[in-house]
Amino acid sequence: MIALLLRDLRLGVRAGGGFGLGLAFFLIVTVLVPFSVGPESGLLGQIAPGILWLGALLACLLSLDRILALDWEDGSLDLLATAPLPMEGIVSIKALAHWITTGLPLVLVAPALGVLLNLPGPGYLWVTVSLLLGTPALSVIGTFGAALTVGIKRGGLLLSLLVLPLYVPTLIFGAEVARRGAAGLDVATPLTMLAGITFGVIALLPFASAAVLRINLR
Amino acid sequence: MASIWEYANPVKFIRTTDRVLPWLSAAAVVTLVVGLVWGFFFTPDDYRQGSTVKIIYLHVPAALMAINAWLMMLVASLIWIVRRHHVSALAARAAAPVGAVMTVIALVTGALWGQPMWGTWWEWDPRLTSFLILFLFYLGYMALWAAIEDDDTAADLTSILCLVGSVFAIISRYAVNFWNQGLHQGASVMRAGALAGDTEERVSNVFAVPLFVSIAGFVLLFIALVFLRTQTEIRARRTRALLARERMS
Repeated sequence: MIALLLRDLRLGVRAGGGFGLGLAFFLIVTVLVPFSVGPESGLLGQIAPGILWLGALLACLLSLDRILALDWEDGSLDLLATAPLPMEGIVSIKALAHWITTGLPLVLVAPALGVLLNLPGPGYLWVTVSLLLGTPALSVIGTFGAALTVGIKRGGLLLSLLVLPLYVPTLIFGAEVARRGAAGLDVATPLTMLAGITFGVIALLPFASAAVLRINLR
Repeated sequence: MASIWEYANPVKFIRTTDRVLPWLSAAAVVTLVVGLVWGFFFTPDDYRQGSTVKIIYLHVPAALMAINAWLMMLVASLIWIVRRHHVSALAARAAAPVGAVMTVIALVTGALWGQPMWGTWWEWDPRLTSFLILFLFYLGYMALWAAIEDDDTAADLTSILCLVGSVFAIISRYAVNFWNQGLHQGASVMRAGALAGDTEERVSNVFAVPLFVSIAGFVLLFIALVFLRTQTEIRARRTRALLARERMS
């Protein structure tokens, strides 16, 4: 399993894996927001937590089809399926690799982009914490979507249509933590809800992803 | 005693539904016409809401059926996963567009009702928002059915999507409840004791009786449409099989 993780990480970081693309997309979305709503710093500071969450979510969505599609095309997924490794383990490792190469960098650059959007002082901590807690859920749910659409040619748009409704609870609680944190309010309730969703999804959804992948490999 | 699983046989299913369908359709039309005409023309105007209250005869039944259609798809998906009856998978597929249309009807009539009552077409209220999310789930489900060519794979994948989607739809329901406070009133039609004559905060019998008739009409209409669409799906699949066989020979 560790070998598979290292392999996926190496493939993700090296050329062709699209490692920097998600980050660049996140940066561009953040830069475009002031152009569209105006450079007023009060307004920007108010919507900054939500924009950062939305940008991170879209950047995450953009890289989902890379989780399984390349392995599906060159047949390594069939080899992995016959390996002495449960399918649940494979999809969990895939999600973990996706999180390390996409989610974690997004979390790390989010505070820097917060400066551009005039994020209020206490917001930096809570935006980072909520993204750190929420992005694993985005990766795991995204892996489920990627497994559903892996056999479909040009399934990118369908993947977005399937995955975005599933992202709703994570986005609501994550952005709520960031918003309340930035406004200096109590964050305990949405934070525990976000943690509940993330850990619940990590515990249960790999079974569904594995079942779906088995059907697709049949 | 005939078992319900007999209808897993497509021939038996088509034969039985063929016999039932004309009666069912007629009953649906009659109850709908009676319920809606009674509701629209023979009930008094509400003293505060005026005649806009009559949208209730479309809004409430459509909203009920939007949720129950998803539940029916969930049950049919479970039956497909457990017992691999093709009719069940096709029934789930047949119900999805009907449910989606019911969701749209509920949303549109709600907007038409909200404009004079709340002064706004749309409000990010938990009930409205979760219906919009339900509509997105229907869209994704239908898109996945349409995108996969192999029938069994499509049935398997969509039924798992239906199970996972149901869980996420419920979580979303509570999430949006947490996220914003509501403008929409609570359930006042089906409240416990409504039929028993408890007069606190419920829909008066003058409005409730035609409403129940319309609800019955929507239920019958939904069943008739699902039967009809399932028959169509079965026949379409049979045609495809025949064509394939002809090409082989």
